[in-house]
Amino acid sequence: MLAVQRVQGTAVPLDRSDVDTDQIIPAEWLKRIERTGFGAGLFSAWRQDPAFVLNQPRYSGASILVAGPNFGTGSSREHAAWALQDYGFEVVISSRIADIFRNNCTKIGVLPVVLAHDVVDRLMRAIEDDPALEIVVDVQERTVWVGALDLSEPFPLDDFTQYRFLNGLDDIGLSERHAAAIAAYEAARPSYLPTTTPV
Amino acid sequence: MGQTLSEKVWERHVVHRTDDEPDLLYVDLHLVHEVTSPQAFEGLRLAGRRVRRPDLTLATMDHNVPTAGLHLGITDPISRRQCEALESNCKEFGVPLYAMGHADQGIVHVIGPQLGLTQPGTIIVCGDSHTATHGAFGAIAFGIGTSEVEHVLATQTLPQTKPGTMAVTVDGPLPVGVTAKDVILAIIARIGTGGGIGKIIEYRGSVFRGLSMEGRMTVCNMSIEGGARAGLIAPDDTTFAYLEGRRHAPKGAEWERALDDWRSLTTDPDATFDDDVVIDGTTLSPHVSWGTNPAQTLPIDASIPDPDTIADPGAADSARRALQYMGLRAGTPIRDITVDTVFVGSCTNGRIEDLRAVAEVLRGRRVHEGVRMLVVPGSMAVKAQAEAEGLDAVISGAGAEWREAGCSMCLAMNPDKLAPGERSASTSNRNFEGRQGPGGRTHLVSPGVAAATAVTGHLAAPADL
Repeated sequence: MLAVQRVQGTAVPLDRSDVDTDQIIPAEWLKRIERTGFGAGLFSAWRQDPAFVLNQPRYSGASILVAGPNFGTGSSREHAAWALQDYGFEVVISSRIADIFRNNCTKIGVLPVVLAHDVVDRLMRAIEDDPALEIVVDVQERTVWVGALDLSEPFPLDDFTQYRFLNGLDDIGLSERHAAAIAAYEAARPSYLPTTTPV
Repeated sequence: MGQTLSEKVWERHVVHRTDDEPDLLYVDLHLVHEVTSPQAFEGLRLAGRRVRRPDLTLATMDHNVPTAGLHLGITDPISRRQCEALESNCKEFGVPLYAMGHADQGIVHVIGPQLGLTQPGTIIVCGDSHTATHGAFGAIAFGIGTSEVEHVLATQTLPQTKPGTMAVTVDGPLPVGVTAKDVILAIIARIGTGGGIGKIIEYRGSVFRGLSMEGRMTVCNMSIEGGARAGLIAPDDTTFAYLEGRRHAPKGAEWERALDDWRSLTTDPDATFDDDVVIDGTTLSPHVSWGTNPAQTLPIDASIPDPDTIADPGAADSARRALQYMGLRAGTPIRDITVDTVFVGSCTNGRIEDLRAVAEVLRGRRVHEGVRMLVVPGSMAVKAQAEAEGLDAVISGAGAEWREAGCSMCLAMNPDKLAPGERSASTSNRNFEGRQGPGGRTHLVSPGVAAATAVTGHLAAPADL
């Protein structure tokens, strides 16, 4: 993944709760074996409505998605994170983000930012009032800044994920540093544990 | 202080631990299917990596496969390409595969337990959010994304932050006609779609002790619909009796060793949970979802709620949108809702006991005129068992379609779909907008309610017949 130190840009307000990954990227898109091109499928059912936020020109060019609570529930499809990234989103802000979706985002460099419900609500209203509102998300400081609102809000991000974002590191190479520990663990596993080798 | 069951299982899988990194966990079993794996294998190829433990990895085809006319192969060229990719990837990397047409093929969460691969105290992952199904055996089982699939293929490990713990206790006895599906729907209605985020649920209490392994799998399967990372139930004699003699279960002296260990897999009496939810099982009744997320669920005796009476503005707004999508009016009794299609199947309710429950209701009855009913076994082995018991004759005889194994209309990646505006009663796990086909409307129900609904043409419980 590419390093992400700081995202500075405008946002789209998606004022809905419980946005599931079937809405973010419908199942029909999951048949592809490629890793790219999913942006065209992002929210494809909702985008058929001309009034849907992503269809409003005033929000074009945004790099931050601000959504209602319980964003990314449902299926484990990483395609949801790929679609958001391919469309141009680098950050998702919500008061509650589903676990698997959150993990998937951190594997590819989309930053999941959890802020208190009232803060997300305030942001949402401010963006609706002024689509050009500039938001800064700083990974090093783990803080969201909105100068026009005099808002400075810290967000949770564990040290390891922060380190990976700042340096653009994906996990496999990092885990391979522990090859000796993995081999030692394997050697000590009980012999009654199953294997999948056909019998 | 004592440990909870999930903490015990977690601790025995820690390969590497430091203060400033997530735990590196060892994975005992990695299940793979065609949808979430192609980009992971491609990643391995690009990096020149191999699959570290093909003998702890098992692949099958389930999401895309047709459930009728298998001799025609997969006619959708994009679906076919994805299944062909899985076949060539498994060959290239030496991963065992039960492909379409194989006697052991089926939904990934049905075949793992059936083959005896799902065992207590293990960690099981799969690129599928319903992996928690395997928690019914006292395993920590959870869904992962494609980057994580690649990570497990390469290293047989996964870096994970330790989740919190949540106890959901339901004591009974359950009233007659209330099933495992009703219990989990009631739990999700209580905790909401986000209630379990960041946590592993342990299901405790006499209701779960009294359930069969298949009922326990139905419960654990839907843990993710309450937002939980995983859900599990402590193994007991019911678990051991299910496993004994299965193809990949330990044999002889190894079986005795395994049993000794498995009996230690319980939550210590002095352990505490981060969250405690208690539900009175004696007051539960059959449940039906009315909205577009699984928490929007009510007892079948209820009526469609009025969004204006919901205090939380977010929930009220969500209910309003759901009623509009579902084409429902506040105040309508749930039993007055008519359906076009009934779907029985999925990793939630596609096992033999589910099919027996459906056949019991359909025996001597007919599917209502104008209603299409699909019955899709969870695996080819479940199909064979059902046919050996004559269930297929009862189901077909009642006018329902008897199909081959696969995920089918649970997520409509194969040709089984709802048309826009069509309404279903479905034994699957998600009633999201468009889940069973663009514009389709889904009501989640138990197998018994599905069958009774097929007979009457409107949402109904078997006791109504």
